[in-house]
Amino acid sequence: MLSCTLRLPDSVTRFSMGEWDLLVRQARSAGLLARVRHVLARHQLTEAIPAVARWHFDAAATLAAKQQLAVRWEVDKIRTALKGLAFPFILLKGSAYVVANLPAASGRLFNDIDILVPRAQLGAVEAALMLAGWHPALLSDYDQRYYRRWMHEIPPLQHAVRATVIDVHHAILPDTARYHPDSATLRSRAVAVADMPGVQVLATEDRILHSATHVFHDGELPHGLRDLTDLDLLLRDAAADPDFWPRLTARANELQLGRSLFYALRYLRYFLDTPIPDSAIAALERDKPNRLTLALMDRIFTRVLAPDHASCADRFTPAARLATFVRAHWLRMPVHLLIPHLLHKAFVSPYQRNEKPA
Amino acid sequence: MKLLQLSPSDLRHQLAGNGVWLRTGPFSLRIRSRLPRVAEGLTELYGQFEVRNAHQAFADFHVELNPPSRLRRWFRPQVNFSFDGAQPFKPLPLDQAYPMLEWGLNWCVSMHAHHYLIIHAAVVEKNGLAAILPAPPGSGKSTLTAGLVLSGWRLLSDELTLIDRRTGLLHALPRPVSLKNQSIDVIRQFSPEAFINRVSHDTAKGSVAHMRPPRDSVLRQHEPARPGWVIFPKWEAGAETRLTPRSRAETFMFLAQNAFNYSHLGADGFRVGTTLIDHAHCYDFRYSTLSEAVAAFDRLAERRAV
Repeated sequence: MLSCTLRLPDSVTRFSMGEWDLLVRQARSAGLLARVRHVLARHQLTEAIPAVARWHFDAAATLAAKQQLAVRWEVDKIRTALKGLAFPFILLKGSAYVVANLPAASGRLFNDIDILVPRAQLGAVEAALMLAGWHPALLSDYDQRYYRRWMHEIPPLQHAVRATVIDVHHAILPDTARYHPDSATLRSRAVAVADMPGVQVLATEDRILHSATHVFHDGELPHGLRDLTDLDLLLRDAAADPDFWPRLTARANELQLGRSLFYALRYLRYFLDTPIPDSAIAALERDKPNRLTLALMDRIFTRVLAPDHASCADRFTPAARLATFVRAHWLRMPVHLLIPHLLHKAFVSPYQRNEKPA
Repeated sequence: MKLLQLSPSDLRHQLAGNGVWLRTGPFSLRIRSRLPRVAEGLTELYGQFEVRNAHQAFADFHVELNPPSRLRRWFRPQVNFSFDGAQPFKPLPLDQAYPMLEWGLNWCVSMHAHHYLIIHAAVVEKNGLAAILPAPPGSGKSTLTAGLVLSGWRLLSDELTLIDRRTGLLHALPRPVSLKNQSIDVIRQFSPEAFINRVSHDTAKGSVAHMRPPRDSVLRQHEPARPGWVIFPKWEAGAETRLTPRSRAETFMFLAQNAFNYSHLGADGFRVGTTLIDHAHCYDFRYSTLSEAVAAFDRLAERRAV
C-alpha cells in the first residue's frame, strides 16, 4: 500500500477506507507519514485524503517541521563546540539534506546527527563535544573496545540536557569491512554550506553513494523504505544535471561502492519506480552479483525493505531479516573477528547488563 | 450502534477476532483482546459509546491487550499493550489489564495527536464554559473532577485537555475517570449512583479503578467548549474552601511545562497557549469537602453566565 502510494500517488483517489487505514499504519511504522503528505501535496492530492485520516498526516508534518528546526539549531551548537578546531566537519545523511535544502529533507524524521571528521582528529573532536555537554552513552567495556578498535565511528555521544545524539564517524564503513572507500577522497570533494562556516556536506555523488552503502551494509533496517525514498529524492534531484549518471557510476567504481549502488538502483526501480537510465545499470555490469546470489538477494531485500508492519510480512520475512543481519556482519568484518564477536554478543553480553552500576 | 446493544458474548467474540471499532471523542479505536477483563471493563464503562464492525473501517489507533506469551499463563500471568504491533510499555500483571488499556489510550493520544495542544489536565464544562484543572498527582484533581461531573458538570476529560489549534476550543474525550486509592471510597460515598468498576491493586499508582462517564457527557462528546477558567485544585485535610486569583503569566508557564506536545508545536504552541490564557480566569483552589467544592464551582459558573 505504502510503496504503491509513493510510486503512483494518483492511486489514492481510488482508496477505500480500509486502504487508507492500512496506508496510515504502514506509513507510521516506516516513519513516512509526513513524507507521504509531501508527495500527495506535490501531486495536488491533499484533497483526496479523507477527513478522518487527515490529522495523522498533519500531526506528522508538525513533528517533522519541528525536527528540522531542531536539527538546524543542533548543528549550530555542534559548530560552536568545534569552532576552536582548525578543520571543518562534514554532516552526513538527514542533517546534511536539511542544511543543503534538498528535497530529501522533506517530511523526514531524525534519530541522531551524523558527522564525519578526520581520523587523526577524533580525540580532539570528542573532547570538544564533551566540553560542550555531549557524553558517551553507557556501554559495556567490550562494546567500547569494539567501537574504538574496529568501527568507523566512536560510541554515540548524547547531550546531557537536550538528550540529542551525535554519531562521530571517521569513515563511512568500518575498517574491517570488505570495501574501503577512502575517507580522504570523500573529504577532498566536500562542499561548504552557505551561511554555516566550518560545516560541509559531501559532494552530490558521494552523498548518494553513502546513502546507498548505508542501506545495503546495515544489519537492521527499521527505516529501510524511508532510506530508499531518501535515495529516490536525492537521485531525482541530482539527475537534472545531464552528466550526473556517468559521474555517479564512475565515482562508485573509484570508491569501491559499485555493488551497493547496483543494489540500490535495482530496489529503487522495484519499490519506487525511480527513473534510472539503463545505461547507468549497464555501467555497473561488473559489480552485478552472479545469478544465484541476485535471486537470493531479491528474495531478501523485497521483504526487509518493505515497512516493518504485520500487513507487509509473509512467512519468510523473519528469515529475510535474519539473513540481512548475518550478511551485514559478514560484510563488516572478516571471519576471524566475526566469530568471537558473535559468541561474545550471544553468551557474555546478556549476563553483563545487570552488573552495571545504576 | 451503541456498545451496550452488543450482547456480552458478541462483544467477547469480536474483541477476540477482528476487534471492536469504538469512537471516543474525536478519535476512533480498534481494540482487540482475548482477556475477559477487558471485555468486562468495556461493557461496564463504555456502554454509551458508538461501536461498529471493525472490518473495512478507518481507525485512528489499533490497540491490542493480550498475554505476552502462553508460557506465562499459569505462572504470574501478564498483559501486554500493543499499539499496531509495537509494545511501548513493559508487560504488567494480568490484574491491571483494564487500567493498562486506559493508560495505553492516553499514550496513543498524547504521542500522536499534534493537531491539538495537549495539556495534562482535567476539563469539565457548565453553560458552555470549561474549567481546566491542571495539577500534580495527589492534589485531588480526579476526585474533584468525578465530584463535579456527578453534580451536573459535563465531563470533557479527566487527563487530557485537547485544545484545537485552529479554533482554540476545547474538545471532549469523555472516557472513564480514573480514581486512585482513597478517592475510590470518597466518590462511592459522595454519590451512590456512581458506577465504579473493579479495583486493580498494587499498580504503579496504587489501587486504581475507573468511574463510568455520565451518559449526557458521552452523548455530547462532539460538542466543543470555550475555555473559561484554569483552576489549580489542592485537597487539604480540614482546609476551608477558598479560591484565590493567580497570575496569568505563571499559569501559562505551568501549562506549557505540563503540556505533552508544547515544544513540538513551536511558535504555534505559544500562540495557542497564550490565546487560551487570555480568555481564562486563573485561580488556586483549596478544599477539604467535596460537596463544598462543587458548590464553589457552581457559584463560579453562575457568575459568568449572563
